[in-house]
Amino acid sequence: MSEKKKDELLHDHNRDGVDRRGFLKCMAWAGTGAFCVMKGGVLNSYSLSRISEISTAEMMGELSFVQISDSHMGFNKPANPDVAGTLKAAVDKINGLTAAPEFMLHTGDISHLSKPEEFDTVDQILKSAKPKDVFYVPGEHDVLNDDGKQFLERYGKGSKGGGWYSFDKKGVHFVGLVNVMNLKAGGLGTLGREQLEWLEDDVKHLKHSTPIVVFAHIPLWSVYPEWGWGTEDSAQALAYLKKFGSVTVLNGHIHQTMQKVEGNVTFHTAASTAFPQPAPGKADSPGPMKVPAEQLKGVLGITDVNYVQGQHALAVVDSTLA
Amino acid sequence: MRRSVSIAGLAAALVLGTLGFGTGQKSYVASAQEKMSMMEVKIDNFTFGPATLTVPVGTTVTWINKDDIPHTVVSTDDPKAFKSKVLDTEEKFSFTFSKAGTYPYFCSIHPKMTGKVVVQ
Repeated sequence: MSEKKKDELLHDHNRDGVDRRGFLKCMAWAGTGAFCVMKGGVLNSYSLSRISEISTAEMMGELSFVQISDSHMGFNKPANPDVAGTLKAAVDKINGLTAAPEFMLHTGDISHLSKPEEFDTVDQILKSAKPKDVFYVPGEHDVLNDDGKQFLERYGKGSKGGGWYSFDKKGVHFVGLVNVMNLKAGGLGTLGREQLEWLEDDVKHLKHSTPIVVFAHIPLWSVYPEWGWGTEDSAQALAYLKKFGSVTVLNGHIHQTMQKVEGNVTFHTAASTAFPQPAPGKADSPGPMKVPAEQLKGVLGITDVNYVQGQHALAVVDSTLA
Repeated sequence: MRRSVSIAGLAAALVLGTLGFGTGQKSYVASAQEKMSMMEVKIDNFTFGPATLTVPVGTTVTWINKDDIPHTVVSTDDPKAFKSKVLDTEEKFSFTFSKAGTYPYFCSIHPKMTGKVVVQ
């Protein structure tokens, strides 16, 4: 792999020739989820918005699943007054897939304000999804006011400490990490010593050829630390994964799709099912991005998909892993 | 209306200037007339405004969230001097500072957001 490739940001807003209006439009297609397929030990991730462009052959592999993120149930501001509707639309997309995914990952911010009824609504909507198993990690919006007690009661059965856990599916080792607890003033996401020690132990016995998929809410790579888009001690976590030939890291939090390859690790962030956020540094703050209603409703629309296709080399990672 | 507001602002600035308090862009010192009404910190665009607020002992400070996203107001000290519940849009949190000192705080959801209250 060339040196240039090593730190390549696959979604480069700066050189895509999109003006601000076009940029907003391209952001508006956010809002679905990602179809992930493991092929020859390497994970490919496709935005559900663009799934019509993907051939059935490309969608077949040893294992496939769907990642959804940031449903923010309870959010009702102009950026999206109907987050239940857009989550349902994402479920419809999932149910329409020709290659049925085996399970779903939700990478956090299930709720907006950690209210029981918000979690209930998401649970209800996801019940109509064909994949029955959903694996969750919390976002900071899911652990408000009670240090994550409610989250653990609902979704944390069998998890360790603050909710981290691992499981195996068809030879792939999945690790769910929690980096939204005990955040320190001025800091980023945090895993903490206890979790890091657990991770080291969890992967120690695995063969180097085992494909690893790590999922957590806040990105485990420095997307934009100025906005808190990164995790303080992620380098330590990644160090424990160095020996593996294929490592995929799936995150949410930043409400936009981004991908990056670094050595043996491929990083992906998923879009939100609720509302888009600006690209790093492209606004004063990472607040919800308001797009015209017709565009928001068109998040799953064909027009936007075609637009994106014309403008971006996005959503498909041509994996460089051996 | 607009004119009277600007005159009041000018008067406040003059008072502050005369008393010799520093008023940096990110700090704010209350003038005598404003003590009753202005002890408010606005949370807007993922920032606490003013980031540094100087008040006399006994002042009640109220934080109000003007963002579309929830925030919290949590003391950085150990033990914590104060800790709000999560504040949704337009929700408020108040705390009365009865002892002099510097009280740093942050938003526990977005820890890059920090501020402090200086109580004199």
